[in-house]
Amino acid sequence: MSTTTKFRTLKDMPKEDYIAPGNTLCAGCGGALAMRIFHKVLGPNLAWVNAAGCMTIATSYPLAPLKSNWLYTAFASAPAGAQGLRDGLDVLMAKGKLRRSEDLKVVVVTGDGAAYDIGFQSTAGAIQRGLDFYYLCYDNEAYGNTGFQMSSSTPYGSSSKTTPATAAFPYGNTDTKKDLFEAWRALKAPYIATLSNSHGVDFLRKVEKGGTAKGPKLYIDFAACPTGWGFDPKQSIEVEKLAVQTGAWPLKEAVDGVVKHTYVPGAFSPVRNYLRTQERYEHLFKPVERPEAIATIQKSVNDYWAKAAAEEGLKVRLAEG
Amino acid sequence: MKPELMTGNRAAASAARLARVDYVPAYPITPQTEIIETIAYWVREGTMDSKFVQLESEHSMMTAAGAASLAGARVFTATSSQGLLYAMEMLYNVSGWRAPMVLANVSRALAAPIVLEPDHNDVLAARDSGFLQFHSETCQEVADLVLLAYRVAEDRRVMLPAIVNLDGFYLSFTREKVVLPEQAEVDVFLPPYDPPHPIRATSPVAKGSAVMEGHLYSYFRYNMHAAALRAKEVFNEAARDYQGHFGRAYGPVDGYRLEDADYVLTMSNSFTTLGRQAVNRMREQGVKAGLLKLRMVRPFPSEEVAALLRGRKAAAVFDQNLSPGMGGVFYPEVAASLYHLKDRPETLLPVVGGLGGKQLTADEMCKVFETMRAVGKGAAKPDPMFLMRADELARAKKALATAGVQG
Repeated sequence: MSTTTKFRTLKDMPKEDYIAPGNTLCAGCGGALAMRIFHKVLGPNLAWVNAAGCMTIATSYPLAPLKSNWLYTAFASAPAGAQGLRDGLDVLMAKGKLRRSEDLKVVVVTGDGAAYDIGFQSTAGAIQRGLDFYYLCYDNEAYGNTGFQMSSSTPYGSSSKTTPATAAFPYGNTDTKKDLFEAWRALKAPYIATLSNSHGVDFLRKVEKGGTAKGPKLYIDFAACPTGWGFDPKQSIEVEKLAVQTGAWPLKEAVDGVVKHTYVPGAFSPVRNYLRTQERYEHLFKPVERPEAIATIQKSVNDYWAKAAAEEGLKVRLAEG
Repeated sequence: MKPELMTGNRAAASAARLARVDYVPAYPITPQTEIIETIAYWVREGTMDSKFVQLESEHSMMTAAGAASLAGARVFTATSSQGLLYAMEMLYNVSGWRAPMVLANVSRALAAPIVLEPDHNDVLAARDSGFLQFHSETCQEVADLVLLAYRVAEDRRVMLPAIVNLDGFYLSFTREKVVLPEQAEVDVFLPPYDPPHPIRATSPVAKGSAVMEGHLYSYFRYNMHAAALRAKEVFNEAARDYQGHFGRAYGPVDGYRLEDADYVLTMSNSFTTLGRQAVNRMREQGVKAGLLKLRMVRPFPSEEVAALLRGRKAAAVFDQNLSPGMGGVFYPEVAASLYHLKDRPETLLPVVGGLGGKQLTADEMCKVFETMRAVGKGAAKPDPMFLMRADELARAKKALATAGVQG
């Protein structure tokens, strides 16, 4: 897998855009930004294969904000749509019925509801079959398109429409976020990475690097969701940056199963600084603070990084628990 | 070609190979599995030039099938029963994509309770999906209908996917005499698929776009309905061509001894053969009996049904399916086809039988004719018949007793 890169600074971000401005998505949508950057790296010859979610409504007949192909499938089976499209193109080219110049990159775009929950089986199937495709999960940690219900990506302490914080359930969601990165790694995908739109160069390089691998190239993008998380849309990048700086959203990759963190905060900011920016965590601070819940979150972040530090020999200066 | 003995499953696989399908996404389920096993073997031994991929579910299988069709490939797949229902969400999507693939459904009754033998609740659950439906009585028909289905589905006037139905066990695992067409002739009858707007690098398209308003949704659904209705004439055209090439004639329906028939039994699929025997027996007894077989189920051949049932004294609709709380699925479709006719049969007898592959005998079918004759003139609605022989009921009661059910 290639280790050279054409992306040194943000100025190296390709200028060409393939997604039109003024689409129907929410202001400050992290998922839309991730698609835009992803597309810049992969270039024009591309087909998005979409699972039901926020991105589905961006292409609404007779309008499409894309210069590339779009196929909406269903909630559970976008990876199978990618399989059929990839196989269809391959067999037509093999039979000489389709010119190689008509070939394109097949990219699944799905929210966390599809990636972590209802589409987990079809994703696992595509990975196990070694399908040559890209997979972009814009992870806003809940079912955003239907109004923010919990998914198995929803972190401990977040409220959602189906895990509201009440007097009897003061912490909101108390389940643990599913570790999709590790689940995919167990399936032996050649390239897996996490992304944050706030760390553009890291993002660009990972899409570039994954592209040199044959087989499933899987990405989980931390997609800030102003509508669901409850913050000013202009703060999207700041909120994502805080998630990275506090260690709540680790930036990493797995090349042939070997995990490496691609960014380690110089000094970890306390996780409460990140939590405070969003209404989904407001119940941890108001009307009374819930220090035990905040401490639980901080501990899980610290435990994660202590383990990563031990495994990779990283020097980490963790925040106080 | 010389006749060969082959199962319905092998006939379906053979027709897919003759159609030179490009892509076969698959998932096993009894009694369909022999179809995909056969194709998998042919692909691996190099006697079938297709890509075969086994998916992790029927839902994914149908998604892959539709997507490959949108890429411009000719696609074949097969399923059965629970598998068809597991894929059901995607049937509606694939038809909405106007992706003209062909699916062989090997009918098997639906759980619960789980059973392996056929009835038509599985394929009729797909009745409203936008797939065209052609139902087979014999293994020969399976092969012929698969080839015809591609011609109709891929016609620019239609552009809809199609199901070819065959009964599990009675056709799937039963060897019958089948004459397979010559490849060279098939190539003339069925040229390569020429997709109208495939997914391509140089001419991007959006498929499956959302429509956020009802008027647009209605427009596209009406459009699909109009295409499905056109499929009947396209089928008739293709069938004439097919007869010219291969000698076998097919229409949307088949009549048997209808010329002077007073009493007509309407039915579909493999048990129709038993219906024909019953007609012959009734004729021997001097009863003017006849049979109407439904081959095309979607679009529903209303005009043909009306033309062949009008003026009869009585007709029965044999449904090998059950919509609990209503009755058979075909009955209201036949009734709706006749309602506007002044000379419709005075009696339209609903009959339900053969559920879960329950054996039928010509005796039972003769009983249906006798009941048709016995229903008095002017009866508003005859009581529906639910076929169960006394010996079968006794066996069912014995099983209940073994299970400890009292009384």
